[in-house]
Amino acid sequence: MPGATAKGAFAGERALAQWTGRGRDVMTRFSIKGILEKAPSVPGLSKRLEAASTLSEEQRLEDREAPAIAGRSLWADARRRLARNRMAMGALVVLALVGGAALLAPWISPHPYDEIYWDRIGSPPDWANAHWFGTDANGRDLFARTLHGARVSLAVGLLATVVSLIIGVAYGAVAGYFGGRTDGVMMRLVDVLYSLPFMFFVILLMVFFGRNIYLIFVAIGAVEWLTMARIVRGQTLSVKRREFVEAARALGVSSPVIIRRHIVPNVLGPVVVYATLTVPQVILMESFLSFLGLGVQEPLTSWGVLISEGARQMESAPWMLVFPALFLATTLFCFNFVGDGLRDALDPRDR
Amino acid sequence: MAPLLEVRDLHVELSTPEGKVHAVNGTSFQLEEGEILGVAGESGSGKSQVFLAVMGLLADNGRARGSVRFQGEELLHLSSRAMNRYRGRRMAMVFQDPMTSLNPYLKIRRQMTEGVRFHLKATRREARAKALALLERVGIPDAARRLGMYPHELSGGMRQRVTIAMALMCEPRLLVADEPTTALDVTFQAQILELLKELSVEDASRSLVTITHDMGVMAGLAHRVAVMYGGRIVETGPVDDVFYEPLHPYTRGLLESVPRVDAPSADLAVALPGQPPNLQRLPRGCLFRERCPRPRDECAVRSPSLLPLDGEHAVACHEVNP
Amino acid sequence: MTEPLLSVRDLAVHFATKASWADRFKGNGGGSAVKALDGVHFHLREGETLGIVGESGCGKTTLARAVLGLVESSRGEIRYRGRELSKLGRGELHALRREVQMVFQDPLASLDPRMTAGDIVAEPLKTHEPRRSREEVRRKVRDMLAKVGLQPEMINRYPHEFSGGQCQRIGIARAMVLAPRLVVCDEPVSALDVSIQAQILRLLTELQRESGLSLLFISHDLSVVRTICHRVTVLYLGRVMESAPCDILYRRPRHPYTRALLSAVPVPDPRKERARRRILLKGELPSPWDPPSGCVFRTRCFMARPRCAADVPLWRSAGKDRGAACHFLPSS
Repeated sequence: MPGATAKGAFAGERALAQWTGRGRDVMTRFSIKGILEKAPSVPGLSKRLEAASTLSEEQRLEDREAPAIAGRSLWADARRRLARNRMAMGALVVLALVGGAALLAPWISPHPYDEIYWDRIGSPPDWANAHWFGTDANGRDLFARTLHGARVSLAVGLLATVVSLIIGVAYGAVAGYFGGRTDGVMMRLVDVLYSLPFMFFVILLMVFFGRNIYLIFVAIGAVEWLTMARIVRGQTLSVKRREFVEAARALGVSSPVIIRRHIVPNVLGPVVVYATLTVPQVILMESFLSFLGLGVQEPLTSWGVLISEGARQMESAPWMLVFPALFLATTLFCFNFVGDGLRDALDPRDR
Repeated sequence: MAPLLEVRDLHVELSTPEGKVHAVNGTSFQLEEGEILGVAGESGSGKSQVFLAVMGLLADNGRARGSVRFQGEELLHLSSRAMNRYRGRRMAMVFQDPMTSLNPYLKIRRQMTEGVRFHLKATRREARAKALALLERVGIPDAARRLGMYPHELSGGMRQRVTIAMALMCEPRLLVADEPTTALDVTFQAQILELLKELSVEDASRSLVTITHDMGVMAGLAHRVAVMYGGRIVETGPVDDVFYEPLHPYTRGLLESVPRVDAPSADLAVALPGQPPNLQRLPRGCLFRERCPRPRDECAVRSPSLLPLDGEHAVACHEVNP
Repeated sequence: MTEPLLSVRDLAVHFATKASWADRFKGNGGGSAVKALDGVHFHLREGETLGIVGESGCGKTTLARAVLGLVESSRGEIRYRGRELSKLGRGELHALRREVQMVFQDPLASLDPRMTAGDIVAEPLKTHEPRRSREEVRRKVRDMLAKVGLQPEMINRYPHEFSGGQCQRIGIARAMVLAPRLVVCDEPVSALDVSIQAQILRLLTELQRESGLSLLFISHDLSVVRTICHRVTVLYLGRVMESAPCDILYRRPRHPYTRALLSAVPVPDPRKERARRRILLKGELPSPWDPPSGCVFRTRCFMARPRCAADVPLWRSAGKDRGAACHFLPSS
């Protein structure tokens, strides 16, 4: 821009730099070196200065390195900020409880999830018989089924998200970094895939390969990575302009290494946030599939299946709907709160 | 004659998530009418915060205490509404980066006339005429056309002139320019400096405060200089005194470190080693002690006060001015 | 005379923009090009510091990147140790990166915020000397950090935990760890406080003295350039206006742009400032898309005459390492 230098923009950052109190130890010791430096320039003095300011004679003799001071990474800062966010921490605790219960499902439920109690079909919560949530239309303990359902729903949510993360980040980073035609082609492909109706695709898969839980991962992962790729590409475009990427190129670092070492760690912020918000989406999607009857096969169950069954019995046996729905809603809420908390914690101010 | 601006024992604290930052630590000074005061200091010296506090423009996390008297009235604890009567009307500020101090979505005319229509209840026509006159005064060619432009259509140097013109719309008694030329190229810098000089000469009752870290700019513009370090004024006096006979070791170090076009510094002796002080944990005693070439025992215990040594030349140092 | 380390002749870097729909509609089929650099020439010898000065838009940043091979040149040649940069194969270019390094302007932005200081300084070693053991790399990194005035214990700290001056030291350590022969410094001290500037400049000159490397020092700050450079070249809108040994340029500038620049720089000397009569350039910086014909400086030049619009002024050499491009130079 004619008439202006970049100087002005940095004054603010300089000021900020002073105010956040970094390297206090360095400042004190550094000034001793500074006082040494003020001696007039004498040949060889610089070498002597190095010796004096870095390791003492004693340490030198013992050839011992002074222990390195641990640094405070930006992730650590973000963790601290997240820890201060009570909503997010509360949500994490709840998620941990739900997750823990899901993991320990076989051990904490008094009844197995697939055993049919012919004499207690469709019965409401019954503490005497340890049917805490009642039984479903087939006489199976709802508590156990809810927890087992949690297993499936959470597994699908987390695993599909991880898959979409891996594919999406790799794809988006490559497209964004190389830009030009590569980027154009890659993103057009994403656009095309986006426009495919998800439902058709899933139904086709189910028809061809049968109802398989792993297939559901594939189907959902195959859709979710698209948005992830777009987000990562966008972030990559802005990160690749930053000076440290240019510095890496000036050093002669190869493109794949730059992407791995510099681009990806610096785009992870929004990616992580989006991932925590993807999990509930996936769970919902799986629930929807199950609702349609395309989900997991009996006797395996998921929240979606339970809700679908419960909805049918809504008027006569509301507990069949209420409990799984409550779990689902709470889990979704919590993931969203954590996602929000992460977004605040990873505030661009520190990036 | 009462001073236009009188600041006494000003403290400014900023609350950050990492703790309280003591940006200004007991600053006192006076500004007479028609005077040009240069406030020198590096980043973290508190020079901008002092005047943000004076203008009531501290960020939400900032707290000021002390006394700020402008034309005899205490400003520091006025409400925002009350301060609005002063800001823009009797005191105005020009900021460093003309790119961000102008609203990119509003035309120049709109931004310039906003103030005078609010403060002086000018009509649209009057305001426009005044804006035109001021734009011409600050040397913008083809001013009438520029009024209808957006900031991004102007160059950096012109944008800075526009902000100066904007500040002058209500004819304030006090104009504070915070690093007015830092973001500009050298040749435009010269133009702005000449403009500021002319403006202060032409209106003898207007006072100008130039906040800058550039000692060259200071030397050419200011009548009186105040050097700040660690949120305090460490030296103040007429510009010739401070530049030719600097008393405080920081001033001396600063002047020695400044590279000059007119003299080759064959010996890059580092006059000021070390780093500026940590404003979150102010050490006891003199804030400059760690970088001082001749610290005394006293310097670790008591912070020196700004005391006059020779006429108007005052310095805060135990060694120089016990 | 021995071959200079770096020799640049008639260097031009044009950034072409494709014609927009509006352009095509109006009939400008070709699109336009920004001539960031158009005919730049200079040379740099071993152990020397050459200053490249100019204001915004003069192309100095593009020049830095062209010398490093980060940007393609449209015309002219850049010879490093006699070899033309554009003719180097990939392997040779990679080897070149060991010897030609860069220090960037914004100390914090030029460091990856997710890497520790140690990682940052180790990166060149890992890239060019992958066979070194981890122990060796760590040792070298610590030594380098100490050499630039940082404590080796800071090796695991992150850039945001350092001050601006310290970050710049890390950047310098990164540039120097492979013992380069040429370091391009792109405004290395512009973002730093005055007192820290002096420290960094001193560090650079010390390192240069010790290893005999050459510095290409790019800056808009004429005062800083004077303290550190042996020779200076002045750029305006992508072209060289004047070039001379440092003292001579500052004391006896010949080109009107150089004279205007020097008269515009404020000096921390109140009496001098008061007595000064500045040359004030009129007008605005011309758009790089549409540079003036003939001499590009003529629109703001206080000596401009009709000839300046018609003919591009040729380079007039005036002795060793000295010259200017103007039709109306004072006779030396």
